[in-house]
Amino acid sequence: MDIDGDATVEVTPEVRPTRPRRYDKFMYDFTQQSLPSCKPVLTPVWVISTFLLMGIICIPIGFVSLSASQSVVEIVDRYDIGCIPETFRGNKVDYIKDGSISKNCSRSIEVPKQMKAPIHIYYQLDNYYQNHRRYVKSRSDKQLLYGSKHTDTACQPEEYSNGFPVVPCGLIAWSLFNDTYRFSRRAEELKVNRKNIAWKSDRDHKFGKEVFPFNFQNGTLIGGGNLDPNIPLSDQEDLIVWMRTAALSSFRKLYGRIEEDLEAGDIIEVHLSNNYNTYSFGGKKTLVLSTSSWIGGKNDFLGMAYICIGSSSIVMSLIFLLIHLRTPRPYLDTSYLSWNW
Amino acid sequence: MELQPNSTTFEISGASLRVGDKLNKSLRVRHKSMQLEENTSLESNHRLIYVNDPRKTNDKYEFSGNEIRTSKYTFINFLPKNLFIQFHRVAYLYFLAIAALNQLPPLAVFGRTVSLFPLLFVLCVTAIKDGYEDWRRHRSDRNENNRESLVLHAGNFERKEWKKMRAGEVVKIYANETLPCDMVLLGTSDINGIAYIQTMNLDGESNLKTRYARQETTSMLLEGEKIQTGLIRCEQPNRNIYEFTANMEYNEQRFPLNQSNIILRGCQLKNTEWAVGVVVYAGQETKAMMNSAMSPSKRSRLESYMNRETLWLSTFLLTMCLVVALGMGLWLQRNKEQLDELPYYRNRYFEKGISIGRLYKYYGIPMETFFSFLSSIIVFQIMIPISLYITMELVRLGQSYFMIGDKYMYDSSSGSRFQCRSLNINEDLGQIRYVFSDKTGTLTENKMEFRRASLYGKNYCRSFPQDDGLRRVDSSASKPISLSQRRWKLKSEVPVDSELLTLLHEDIVGDERIAAHEFFLTLAACNTVIPILSRTSSSDCLSDQLLEVEAIDYQGESPDEQALVTAASAYGYTLFERTSGHIAIDVNGERLRLDVLGLHEFDSVRKRMSVVIRFPNGSVKVLVKGADSSMLCILRMRNEKDEHVNQATKGHLTEYSSVGLRTLVIASRDLTDAELEKWQIMYEDASTSLTDRSSKLRQTAALIECDLHLLGATGVEDKLQEGVPETIESLRQAGMKVWVLTGDKQETAISIGLSCKLLTPDMQQIIINGTSEVECRKLLLDAKLKYEAEFNDGNHWKVELRKTAESEFLGLPNSDNSPNLPMWNSEEEGPGSTSFALIIDGNSLVYILEKDLESKLYDLATSCKVVLCCRVAPLQKAGIVDLVKSRTDDMTLAIGDGANDVSMIQMADVGIGICGQEGRQAVMASDFAMGQFRFLKRLLLVHGHWNYQRIGYLVLYNFYRNAVFVLMLFWYVLTTAFSTTSALTDWSSVLYSVIYTSVPTVMVGILDKDLSHKTLLRNPKLYGAGHRQESYNMYLFWITMLDTLWQSLVLFYVPLLIYKDTTIDIWSIGSLWTIAVVILVNMHLAMDIQRWLLLTHFAVWGSIVITYACVVALDTIPRLPNYWTIFHLAQSPTYWITILLIIVLALLPRFIFKVVQQMFWPSDIQIAREAEILRKQPNSLWSKTIQGSG
Repeated sequence: MDIDGDATVEVTPEVRPTRPRRYDKFMYDFTQQSLPSCKPVLTPVWVISTFLLMGIICIPIGFVSLSASQSVVEIVDRYDIGCIPETFRGNKVDYIKDGSISKNCSRSIEVPKQMKAPIHIYYQLDNYYQNHRRYVKSRSDKQLLYGSKHTDTACQPEEYSNGFPVVPCGLIAWSLFNDTYRFSRRAEELKVNRKNIAWKSDRDHKFGKEVFPFNFQNGTLIGGGNLDPNIPLSDQEDLIVWMRTAALSSFRKLYGRIEEDLEAGDIIEVHLSNNYNTYSFGGKKTLVLSTSSWIGGKNDFLGMAYICIGSSSIVMSLIFLLIHLRTPRPYLDTSYLSWNW
Repeated sequence: MELQPNSTTFEISGASLRVGDKLNKSLRVRHKSMQLEENTSLESNHRLIYVNDPRKTNDKYEFSGNEIRTSKYTFINFLPKNLFIQFHRVAYLYFLAIAALNQLPPLAVFGRTVSLFPLLFVLCVTAIKDGYEDWRRHRSDRNENNRESLVLHAGNFERKEWKKMRAGEVVKIYANETLPCDMVLLGTSDINGIAYIQTMNLDGESNLKTRYARQETTSMLLEGEKIQTGLIRCEQPNRNIYEFTANMEYNEQRFPLNQSNIILRGCQLKNTEWAVGVVVYAGQETKAMMNSAMSPSKRSRLESYMNRETLWLSTFLLTMCLVVALGMGLWLQRNKEQLDELPYYRNRYFEKGISIGRLYKYYGIPMETFFSFLSSIIVFQIMIPISLYITMELVRLGQSYFMIGDKYMYDSSSGSRFQCRSLNINEDLGQIRYVFSDKTGTLTENKMEFRRASLYGKNYCRSFPQDDGLRRVDSSASKPISLSQRRWKLKSEVPVDSELLTLLHEDIVGDERIAAHEFFLTLAACNTVIPILSRTSSSDCLSDQLLEVEAIDYQGESPDEQALVTAASAYGYTLFERTSGHIAIDVNGERLRLDVLGLHEFDSVRKRMSVVIRFPNGSVKVLVKGADSSMLCILRMRNEKDEHVNQATKGHLTEYSSVGLRTLVIASRDLTDAELEKWQIMYEDASTSLTDRSSKLRQTAALIECDLHLLGATGVEDKLQEGVPETIESLRQAGMKVWVLTGDKQETAISIGLSCKLLTPDMQQIIINGTSEVECRKLLLDAKLKYEAEFNDGNHWKVELRKTAESEFLGLPNSDNSPNLPMWNSEEEGPGSTSFALIIDGNSLVYILEKDLESKLYDLATSCKVVLCCRVAPLQKAGIVDLVKSRTDDMTLAIGDGANDVSMIQMADVGIGICGQEGRQAVMASDFAMGQFRFLKRLLLVHGHWNYQRIGYLVLYNFYRNAVFVLMLFWYVLTTAFSTTSALTDWSSVLYSVIYTSVPTVMVGILDKDLSHKTLLRNPKLYGAGHRQESYNMYLFWITMLDTLWQSLVLFYVPLLIYKDTTIDIWSIGSLWTIAVVILVNMHLAMDIQRWLLLTHFAVWGSIVITYACVVALDTIPRLPNYWTIFHLAQSPTYWITILLIIVLALLPRFIFKVVQQMFWPSDIQIAREAEILRKQPNSLWSKTIQGSG
């Protein structure tokens, strides 16, 4: 059986004149599995250069992202305990549930480095499972967009109250975060821009312009913040931000932006009203002020990871180079075969 | 593509059906044959057909009409029935159960429609495929049912649609028409009631078969009498197309009907102007339709291993679900106090005034734990790769397409392509260890040529090709002879021995001359060959008269017989007419009409055939031909002359078979009137009996087949097929053991073995041909001793070898790429220099296979290099295959061409049919069919290797692909208070295995190849990769799973660490994960692709693009919570470098592992691949490394 000679084989006997030759050639090669192809082989040269290339690409990326991350100035201030008066420290839940006590609280933070505007104000909650399935599902996107007629059972247990539909319904909206922050520097109020904190796409297409809060937070159990019934949902940016449920159990959400530079050493007075109840389940509340870079917030991991991978790639390429130089496996060496070639 | 020939038209479906059940039966025959025979032929259980009285025949409505339905469904029952059939697959039931679970409110993880999508998708695809096939069947049924034939109605033949025909009606068929139902022949245009039919549609044989109408009915028809009512009593409809038992009462006569009196639906009438018959079986009860069962499906070895690993995956799945459920339970327990008010859990309504409201979606901690378990099953469902089954089917389809299209497996001489009849076992072709081959028609061409004749103790072996010059001299010497020879033109030339020819032209005087006369008479008469005459005029240029030349084509079921008749004709004894009652032979120009009184057909018990003929002068003779083993014991030994002739003939027989000829012994005997009478009575009785006819006939035959006068013997050559020795050599080098199982006698088998290089002269032959159990036992023991003596130092080593092989099969970790372990290839060249060949005959096998000797035989046979079984019956062939199959895990392959190989083909793991001379039963029972034996080399070494390697990788990759996805989900669930939240959108989770990642898998499964066919064919040892299970084993599975674990951790934790303490929302991170996992698995695949075609590029990169497109599409629907996510993400560079980091970090260990392995422990395939590619292109700078991403 002569397989080697391609010339001995006649090409498909019936070559129809109407079809182009190239098509026939293609079909022939296709059916005989002999289409032109590229067959990569891992030769030492390729291995070494691949690792080298990986190193060369990864290390710069690593350094760039690391420096970007380093340039971000971040002030983190946990206030959930500090904002409870000493007398209530033993019984935080009662304190937060008691509507008659003023929840105002004042904190001062020092700016360690110069912070360029815009400075993002985040509130961070920990041990708050916004990604719990019961929670994530408890919303009605239809209702948010089209109004109370579309209230459905997905919103349980917060779909009807006193016989009327709740707009916006569901646990997510019900548990709206309602701490508020005001900032002042040297007794002068810092302007906080609270517009454009939600995604524009959400404002325009997910939350109805004609849908107004209705019958909201009217139940026995108040979960969180209330909404101004005269403002359509599409303009309730706090709600919109809150409704983008966080991926992890500890998360930040944008509160607003300070559009002034802060200088190193500045003392910022934070006037906050500590309304939101995270005490009943041991959640933490933190206020975060942060500048941003192209990489986002402060995150050294990305840069470190790239630098690690890059340098280990270089090391690998060196190791393989050494191995190749010292004890090369001769390619095409058939002595490695389990039989004689 | 002709992958499923059963689906096109009736003819084809009729053909595919075939002997299925008969074969099944024959496999079971060992245990059940007796009962079965009794059942089928019970006298009380017959059906009555009143000829030409359909009303009376059908008055109980017990017989089916002639309408056929090969379609499975009707318009109304399509949906329920199709669904019912589809849900026979366990996988689909799993799907269904998951989807059903998801409909329960507390478990609704996915949206309702979404969760049903995968199931609906699969069901729809399959239903559409089934529906289309069934529609085509409907169409062909309709065509079939609306055909028309002539039916006798009130004395006239009128056209009637097939579907309206009923049993009992009399039907007239013209030449070249197809028969509408199974009919008993009443008469034909031939005076003698002969009809020729072609049974191509039924059993694929293209030669004509003769069917006879009984003389009693023929005469009546021809004389134009009105057809009277007769009564046919026949057996109940059954599948056996080779048997029919009935009798007929007509004109107060009662006579038998058998196989030769019935013509079956689907056959065509040929060479006969018309035929009239009475319908006995119609529609679904016809034999053709009864045979429409498919042969049992086989499951590939790899698939059963795969199922074992699927069990592991199920274990992982359950573990994961348990972890989630327990975690959920503990979490609930810990937060029990707050559950009512917890903002993200709140399980209570709070109405005004009532302090504690009702609970909602909360059923207590134990139930919640349980529900959590169930819902995690829903979320993690694709851990069990259901899509794998569909993918595998598609891939096998593609592989079959390439196997069918392979030009090197196209047999141009018969125009037959390779056929894939079974789509389940492509990859088994890459792991074959034992090849069981038939000899006749498989190793040899089965084109018989008459070579030698031993006549009355004298050997005539100098054969010359029919040389015209010689003939002409001959003819000019004696003119009358030449004329007679010229009159018949044979289709094939036969070399003749001039000495014998001269003898035949002498007067008929003397023992030798008489013996020669009878010898050739027997050759011409004692057979079932049909001469087909076609008149052609040709002018002879030498003598200027116009000669009438009749070309004869001999049609017969046995090529041996054809060869013998042709030879007889070449020597001047031309058979030119055969009817049921007589034959006519042209003996050197003299026409001789012989009455055939009876014919005992060849059967495998007697191994001979005899015909009783009355000469014109009134004398009666029995002419017998048969296998020497069965003939030599019934020969006459009266005087010294006999003795001498017998001895000489025996010598010749041995000589013939030693050169590889097939031998037959020819003998005759005069019958006295008394003997004749006695025989006639018995024959009559036996042939009309409905029960046990064959054994009665056998007894009758024994009456006259004794005390025979030996005339001589014939040697017929069976040519080796092209490329057989090379193929066998390659298969052996590839580590396969080739066993030949043949019905031929020992000497022939050995000689063929030698000529096809199966046996070599330096081999030591162990021959086992005992005739009793004791003898066999002794022979086996001797052989064993002999063997052990030779191998006494190697034996111990061998045992160890076997152990290693076993541990491999148990899936224990073994270093599969260790090149220095010579464990498999040295098995052949064992320490002892002599290799053994075991030759065993059918008789011994009778004793051995039934008894405890089996295991001894197995031990002996597996330690011999070659095993040759001769004189084996079909069931014994299956028995031998079973002997090996049941004792090892090694894959067996059986290859054969005849009906006698069917049982073996069905028994073996892989059955291959050769489309040869002996009909198509073997092909119909086979998994693959091809034109030539030599294609086996390419099929196994090239396609087998490719298929195995492709499917092996495919399975592992699919496990990985789904597991990495599920594990990623699992890690996330752990961070969501065990609440089975999926960050991915419902649609993305569902589309992941259906759309995002499916196409590249299929493409790689079909198109990837590690080595070129040239390399594979040049180095058969590369086939060992399949034997060592290099592409799929436990070790690889666990390595893959470890890799999966790592990759899933990277996949989960990299985004987690990067996006922790940011505003990232659940949909964004889900979107990131979706894209990352799709790119990751595609890059992983890309890293392993060995051959990059344009198509592969499209598939791999295309599916990443498609995934993006899908994600974008999903994110532009405002109603979904993930609206616009991807656009926000894509704006940030972090997103992109996160993905890059995931890919690089996840694939790094795998890449390093691969590099190290290839550098230090290269596999055979790896080296061959390097040699193949780098040798061709020394500066292979163009070739890309696998890891392109950097």
